[in-house]
Formats: sequence, C-alpha cells, structure tokens
Amino acid sequence: MITGKLSHLEQHYDVVVVGGGPAGMAAAVGARDAGAEKILIVDREKEAGGILWQCIHPGFGLHHFKEELTGPEYAQRYLASVMDKGVDVVTGAFVFDADRDRRIQLTSGQHGIRVIDSKALVLGMGARERTRGAIRIPGTRPAGVLTAGLAQKFVNMMGFLPGKRVVILGSGDIGLIMARRLTLEGVEVVGVFEIMPHANGLNRNIVQCLHDFDIPLHLSTTVAHIHGRDRVEKVTVAPVDAALRPIMEKSWDIDCDTLLLSIGLLPENELSRQLGISLDPVTSGPVVSSRMETSMPGVFACGNVVHIHDLVDFVSQESYLAGTNAGEFVTGKRRPADNVRLVPGENVRYCVPHTISTDREHTVYMRVRQPLEKCLIRLGDVYQKKLLYVFPAEMVNLTIRPRFLEQFHGDALRVDVVPRDT
Amino acid sequence: MPDNTLTHYLCIGCPLGCRLEVESDDGDNVVEVRGWTCKKGDAYARQEHIDPRRMVTTTVRVNGGRWARVPVKTSDAVPKGQVEAICRALRSVTLAAPVRMGDVIVRDVFGTGADIVATRDMPAAG
Repeated sequence: MITGKLSHLEQHYDVVVVGGGPAGMAAAVGARDAGAEKILIVDREKEAGGILWQCIHPGFGLHHFKEELTGPEYAQRYLASVMDKGVDVVTGAFVFDADRDRRIQLTSGQHGIRVIDSKALVLGMGARERTRGAIRIPGTRPAGVLTAGLAQKFVNMMGFLPGKRVVILGSGDIGLIMARRLTLEGVEVVGVFEIMPHANGLNRNIVQCLHDFDIPLHLSTTVAHIHGRDRVEKVTVAPVDAALRPIMEKSWDIDCDTLLLSIGLLPENELSRQLGISLDPVTSGPVVSSRMETSMPGVFACGNVVHIHDLVDFVSQESYLAGTNAGEFVTGKRRPADNVRLVPGENVRYCVPHTISTDREHTVYMRVRQPLEKCLIRLGDVYQKKLLYVFPAEMVNLTIRPRFLEQFHGDALRVDVVPRDT
Repeated sequence: MPDNTLTHYLCIGCPLGCRLEVESDDGDNVVEVRGWTCKKGDAYARQEHIDPRRMVTTTVRVNGGRWARVPVKTSDAVPKGQVEAICRALRSVTLAAPVRMGDVIVRDVFGTGADIVATRDMPAAG
C-alpha cells in the first residue's frame, strides 16, 4: 500500500529534488543508481506521483515498462521503486526559495519552515496549464471557466463534476480526454473548438474520445465571447480568418454552464528565476547541457519544467539521466564538458539539450514548427536521416552517436528538418 | 459491387491519420480496405469494422480514502457498444478504503469476460 508521511526530515542531503512527479521520481532513482546516498523529494501535493494520478486513461509506459498502463498504474509502480531505493519523500511541502549554494527553504504543515542543504539540486516542478488570461477571451468573468486538467482532477480524484453542459476550447489531448470523461459521467459535451485548421491531439483520441460519442470538432473556430453574470450562461463561437481573428458576422451562440480550456502548458519556472539560471525564451525552461545541468553548476532540471513533453516515458528517460548526473556530481565523477552547441535551424523550434559533447551518445529532443511528410532531419553536414512525417504536436527524438562527429571540429551544429527533395 | 457499402475510419496508428475506406458486401464481409499507408491501417480498419473494442477507464466512489474516487479499468478491451452501460452501472458502486491496485471490483462485467480492476492503491484518509 502506498502510504506515507516522512516523520523525520533531515537537514543535509546529497540530492534534493523539487517536485515528485514523473520527472522528480526518475531523477531520484537515477541519483541513487549513480551512488548518491541521501536523497530527498519535496512535493506540494499529499502524495508524490504528480499529474499521473488524475490521468486515469491508458496509453502510458509502452516505452518504459514495455506494457500499456494507466497513469495511476505508472505512478504507483514508479513510486514503489523510489521507496524501495530508500529515497525520502516529503509531501504537502512547498519549496519557496533556493539559492546558488543549493540551499532550499520549504514550508509544510507537518514540518513548518525548514532550511535544507543539498550537494546537488534537481528542478522537476513540471508545468502549469495556460488559463483564460493567456489568450484574453473577451466577456464577463463568471464561475464555470476552468482548465481541462483542473476539471480532470475534480472528476477523477475529488468526485465533483464541473457542470452539466460543457464547451471545450482547444483540441489538445487533455481536452479530448475530458470530452470522453465528462460524457461517460453523464455530462453533455456540446463540442470541441480549435482555432487552428488541424487538431492538436492524437488521432487515437480524436476517434476514441470524440467520434465514439458523436462529439463535434470544429476546426478554425474559437470562443469569441463568454456570457453570464455569476455562472457561465452561454459562449459565442466564431470561425477565424487566416490571421486567426474571429469573423463575428459568422458567429453563433451556444448555451452552456461550463467552458473548459485545453490550450497548452507552460513550464513552471518561478524557482528557476529566483535562482537566476538561464532560461530559453522558446521553451520557457532552463537552458541545459547534455547532462541536464542548468547554467548554475550542480543545479539540474528535467521533465516539463525544461520543455513540454507529449509522453511520460520520455520524461522518465530524460529525468533519469538528470538524476544520474546529479548523483555523479555529488560523488565527484565528472564527464567531459560539452563542446558543441545545437542551433535550431529550418523548421526546428528548439532542441533539448542545448549543447552536446562529442565523446558519447546523446538523445536530442526537438519540436518542429510545420508538419511535413517524407522529410529529412539534417545535423549540420555530418549526418542526415529520413523521416516519414513530422508534426508540431509530436516530439522528434534524434540519437546522435560519437561516430557522426568524428570528422567534426566546429563548435556549433545546425539542425534542420526539410522536405526530401531539397 | 453496386450493393457494396463504403464505411470510413480515421486510422489511429500514427499522426498521419490515414482516411481509411472499407468496402463491405451485403453480408458485411470486408471486400477491400483502401487509403492506408502502412499495413497497420489495413489491420485497424478490419478490426474496427468487424469488432470494435475499447479499454474502459473510469472511477468509482470510495468512502474513507485519501481521495473521493478510485480509478478503475477493464482488464481487457470490451465491445465498444458496452462502454457507456459499464460506466453507468459503476455509478452505483461504493467502495470502502483501503483499496489495493489490482483489486477486482466487478467480476466478468456484463458477461464480457473482462473484470473491473482498481488501478491504484487508495489508502485510508489521514
């Protein structure tokens, strides 16, 4: 049985991990495997595991556990290995400060305010959902406008339904999953509206969450106005023009009591800013080396706090690496420093990590700007690989092997994703 | 041929999302699948046409637990047509904490051969 309150919180740790979601759990396991002895995970919720607990649908773990699991199963299995490895987990605790000496301050109902020293710090704070304010929907400010992930927690954990007749804005996977979830709980989902001309979620979710229940998906259409004084009474939706501006002459009203927003995630980096580490304006997360180390030595970062992932399995993989390097930092083992910068080129929005070294293999994660079929990923003039397709909503993984770089003596490599005939 | 029906499916195998077209005869036997890019699409369309199945994941009320709901799943995929009925039936179930991951909540739900199984531990509150 997963239980647990940490009765004895110590003052000195080898590695402190901020956030006990998939990133933090994997980092703690990685640090232990690399030889760090005293490891602490700090999580603000009543249990570690993060957002996985509320993602009750299947589709997790195919890469990491080699079988298809639901979110809670993935969380519980991972948490069990964290506990097996003797990692301290303090829950209901919030880290409100961190400094360049890797000293953190936390506040918790059980332990009060505590100052804790670490030899290496791992940032795994995850992301927040973008809210109404992020896209400035005009109208009144009634109750009943909430993010899809919050509604998911209400429904799947707390046992509250957010409303009786729901409109969903944004076709990201969380929005699609919630359309099905609410329908199965007896809520009427009027439709899903997406400002872009293409859906953002997986085709599997379009089919199994919308088509299965005859929920319409309106592309190139957005919510242009919210009406209602105390509670949402209706929304005005409108098709958009090429510049994504609503065409009000073609708008129509929909009676509803709830508007769910599934409009993207933002890495949560308040603590990173307090620390003064370098952030990448494109990802909104820390700039990281191939060791997942930030611009501040001994401070590592991983998971959605660095860039938004679409599969938890990749979060686990990236974060295990961050934890391993944090553990090696503590035990005094240092690998050669990075000597090549990755430069996002044509149709590449960003690359993580931001730098690599030529002495070992790396997995580089990147996101493209435009969908392409039958294309080519090009790494400077040292390597290229054919891809059947790329989509902005799907992260691209590239393995860079030392042999690609044997003849390379520069300090920067441009990464392009281009059509095959150019 | 004129008696054959055409049904359309969106392939879920990858982000390409091929538009699949199944041609079936008057006995609803698949004559041909068109529109796929890889073999996954062909197999998916046949399965969806003949016997569409879904994993069901939902939640069940639990008293005295850390949270008010415990997540559950079907141990196997069940016929698509049964999904809503299963969820409706589970609304009348109330469990008492503690619950363990893997606990069987309902055995052989609606004769599908699949069990309803808890997908996490739910310790008692406190």
